[in-house]
Amino acid sequence: MIPLNYPFTEEQIRALQVGDEVGITGVVFTGRDAVHKYLHEGGSLPTGVQLRGGIIYHCGPVVLMDAAGQWQVTAAGPTTSIREEPYQAQIIRDFGIRGVIGKGGMGDKTSAACREYGCVYLHAIGGAAQVLAECVRKVRGVYMLEEFGSPEAIWELEVENFPAVVTMDSHGKSLHREVFAASQSALAERIASKAGARHP
Amino acid sequence: MPDPLLDSLIELIRRTSAELPDDVNAALVRSLESEKKGTIAESALKIIERNIELAKRKSQPICQDTGSVVFYVQCPVGYDQIQFEETAREAVKQATKRGFLRQNSVDSITGRNDGTNLGPGAPAIHFHQHRFPQLEVCLILKGGGCENVGAQYSLPAEKLEANRDLDGCRRVILDAVLQAQGKGCGPGILGVCIGGDRATGYEFSKQQFLRFLGDRNPDPVLDALEQDILKTANELGIGPMGFGGRTTLLGVKICAANRVPASYFVSVSYMCWAFRRQGVVMGPDSSIQRWLY
Ligand code: SF4
Repeated sequence: MIPLNYPFTEEQIRALQVGDEVGITGVVFTGRDAVHKYLHEGGSLPTGVQLRGGIIYHCGPVVLMDAAGQWQVTAAGPTTSIREEPYQAQIIRDFGIRGVIGKGGMGDKTSAACREYGCVYLHAIGGAAQVLAECVRKVRGVYMLEEFGSPEAIWELEVENFPAVVTMDSHGKSLHREVFAASQSALAERIASKAGARHP
Repeated sequence: MPDPLLDSLIELIRRTSAELPDDVNAALVRSLESEKKGTIAESALKIIERNIELAKRKSQPICQDTGSVVFYVQCPVGYDQIQFEETAREAVKQATKRGFLRQNSVDSITGRNDGTNLGPGAPAIHFHQHRFPQLEVCLILKGGGCENVGAQYSLPAEKLEANRDLDGCRRVILDAVLQAQGKGCGPGILGVCIGGDRATGYEFSKQQFLRFLGDRNPDPVLDALEQDILKTANELGIGPMGFGGRTTLLGVKICAANRVPASYFVSVSYMCWAFRRQGVVMGPDSSIQRWLY
């Protein structure tokens, strides 16, 4: 596993290749549908949210306040990223993001932005809410909680050794594209051979 | 006033949300063994295993999306279904308060989430009568990501060259597997219904999730199709999370329902690895007598 430590530099990001497993340590900001739409429409970042050189995490965590008044993350798995495809490229460009964590991968527009501005897509394990919540060491803050509600708010999380796989790198490669193409042709063969066997 | 049925249903929800049933666990263990060592597919499955273990130990939801809540109830003749429904709704509400379920149910028109997980169609309850004295309650928590990749095909499907025959069914089911990749948190389980109408097709396809993963279809034709789809899907190299690898599906369950001559639907429901289903047999005092999975 390759350690990926905050602050994330362009050099560090450019060195990553599709298929690399990383362990992320440092600060990440959550952002999902509401935040992406808001930034895309020209909304300004609340003071304190440092996206430049940072990572955005597509996640709507379950966060509870404990008896001591501290936020505790009890579940923190990724949500499906493709919903942010219309917005992501612009946000990578305008806010200088170096990494996007999510699940399911993203499309060609995001892939092109990763290549042009030096960013990677990091695939977390979908559904692994408990393992990933354990990697969250601390909730450093929350922004736009009033406006967007808890799952959609921007949570500033300190993570340690958060596991993810690089599935889209800054060189234009996408594991999603590769696996889809390979599986599609494997399927075409198996459909043809079966039909052929039945009608020789 | 103590209500043993309420307590039993809350416990059913808790256990369903926090613990995967043995048959699913066993299938995941087997798939981990079959993946090539040192691949990202293997790493993904290892994280999944750790997650399952952690959720069970902490009695916390396996996945933060605790899904739509679907009950399947087998009750004796004359059983008070209205009373059951009221109690089940209360159980869902209390289980949500206690964190076994996420606040996961949204008013489709206003977008409002009142935090109770109750509303029209939520939870869904399917009643069936049987000629036995005991009450059996099964529960499925169906995640949203995997529900989104379900698909209903109307045959003939020209683009896929799928005709109204078994080969056509095979083509569209495998197409659903191809399209679902990367989404819906694989390795997955398919529930399929051949025939029916648009509503019953999906309904019966979901009921297939109540079967044990390791069982065999009593109909030899459907059994052969199940085995073939499972084998073929796992040869496609899609793998866990769509990372590439040997485990694309953990199981395939297919049923058939009569159709009208004009229609030929194939309905495919997809369940993620977080296959949360449990069931209980209740005693005369509504306490849990036996777990079904
Ligand atoms: S598809 Fe399943 S495992 Fe994935 S996020 Fe949804 S409920 Fe969780």
